[in-house]
Amino acid sequence: MIEAELSRSVQRWCKGATGVTGAAKLSGGASQETWRFDITHPDGPIGAILRRSPKGYGAAPTRAAGLAAEAQLMQLAFEAGLPSPRVMHVLVPEDDLGTGFIMQRVEGETIARKILRDDEYAAARPHLARQIGGILAGLHRLPKDKLPELRSRGASQEISEFERDYRSLNWPKPVFELALRWLRDHDPGPSAETTLVHGDFRNGNLIIGADGVRAVLDWELAHLGDPMEDLGWVCVNSWRFGEIDKPVGGFGTREELFAGYEAAGRKVDPARVEFWEVMGTLRWGIMCGGMMQRFREGPDHSMERAMIGRRASETEIDLLRLLAPRGS
Amino acid sequence: MQDEPTPIELTKSVADFLRNDITPLISGHQAFKLRVAINILDLVTRQLTREEGSDAAEVERLRALLGEDGSVKELNRALAERIAKGEVDLATPGLAEHLWATTMDKLAVDQPNYASYRRELGRGG
Repeated sequence: MIEAELSRSVQRWCKGATGVTGAAKLSGGASQETWRFDITHPDGPIGAILRRSPKGYGAAPTRAAGLAAEAQLMQLAFEAGLPSPRVMHVLVPEDDLGTGFIMQRVEGETIARKILRDDEYAAARPHLARQIGGILAGLHRLPKDKLPELRSRGASQEISEFERDYRSLNWPKPVFELALRWLRDHDPGPSAETTLVHGDFRNGNLIIGADGVRAVLDWELAHLGDPMEDLGWVCVNSWRFGEIDKPVGGFGTREELFAGYEAAGRKVDPARVEFWEVMGTLRWGIMCGGMMQRFREGPDHSMERAMIGRRASETEIDLLRLLAPRGS
Repeated sequence: MQDEPTPIELTKSVADFLRNDITPLISGHQAFKLRVAINILDLVTRQLTREEGSDAAEVERLRALLGEDGSVKELNRALAERIAKGEVDLATPGLAEHLWATTMDKLAVDQPNYASYRRELGRGG
């Protein structure tokens, strides 16, 4: 069992640790797993999380930054005072756990619908849009010379990449074609400034408590690019979970997001944010198509994947609401 | 001609059995998967109920828009190509109305509780 390897590992790098208890898998895809466990320590148990690719899964998908880069980015964010877990250990071969890292466990909620509806978060909700603006400004200001090696992507390259992904599905969708045309016609070109972009900053990838955002998770799509991409993605309707009049994750307004971003000393370009929101909506739609394809062609023949394929039409109605809104 | 009950009735009977008789017996991850399974059967029932009518209306609109004939799949492919080439766009009379009608018909099957769909339905479908 994994507890034996984890016990041996923690005793090597965590002073005083005598072992681990309560290892449980939280999520697992074909190539990546997340586990929670407690480190047994004389000062009391230490909550920890393991994120790893099991042995035999070396190569990350092409868009992914890789677990080593993720660990480095989380640690950088932590050191900059942003809400991020502290990275405790990057796995080495003698851990016999595959590749990945172990981080401090941050308590809180990630399930978007609970955050949007449960009383526990009622006091935090009105402040989240603004707080998210401040956090994104902090992420975009992380020192470039300390970043791991990351792919670099501007708007034009992203349009071409999504178009290629979409065409490879052989799945003619007039609304997606319309969105691709709109994106080409509104391509803002290279951004004046290239920064770290989180790439998947949204409701669902944040640990939230009664006091607000406690941690930013899931850095696997981090890259260098237009910082406005993160502001657009967090507004995509798919991440509002029903609270469609509150664009920022179902929490609040764009104005609050922008105010938080600018109060932290960075400038917003609303036209670019809008471009990235359209792009993000299409991006999720094409990802739904990818799920359908993987369901069809295996190896993941799950019902869940099949049903995500049927969510592409959600992005079609959202694209129409953005590009061809009907009068009220 | 096949006998009855119809596929709609048969599918619905399985969904109702799982929902009413099996759901109370199952917990944890299997309960989540059971919900997904029931959602699938409900979706299939909605599609079997609506597809014939919505496809016929879609083909009618596509014929008028494109001035050509074909199956619903062929005509969608033709429209996608024309939009990609820039020959048809939102300034083309009927395109926006067609895409809205088609998309609303899809949401009625895929995700009738999706908030954007509920909102647009409130505007009169």
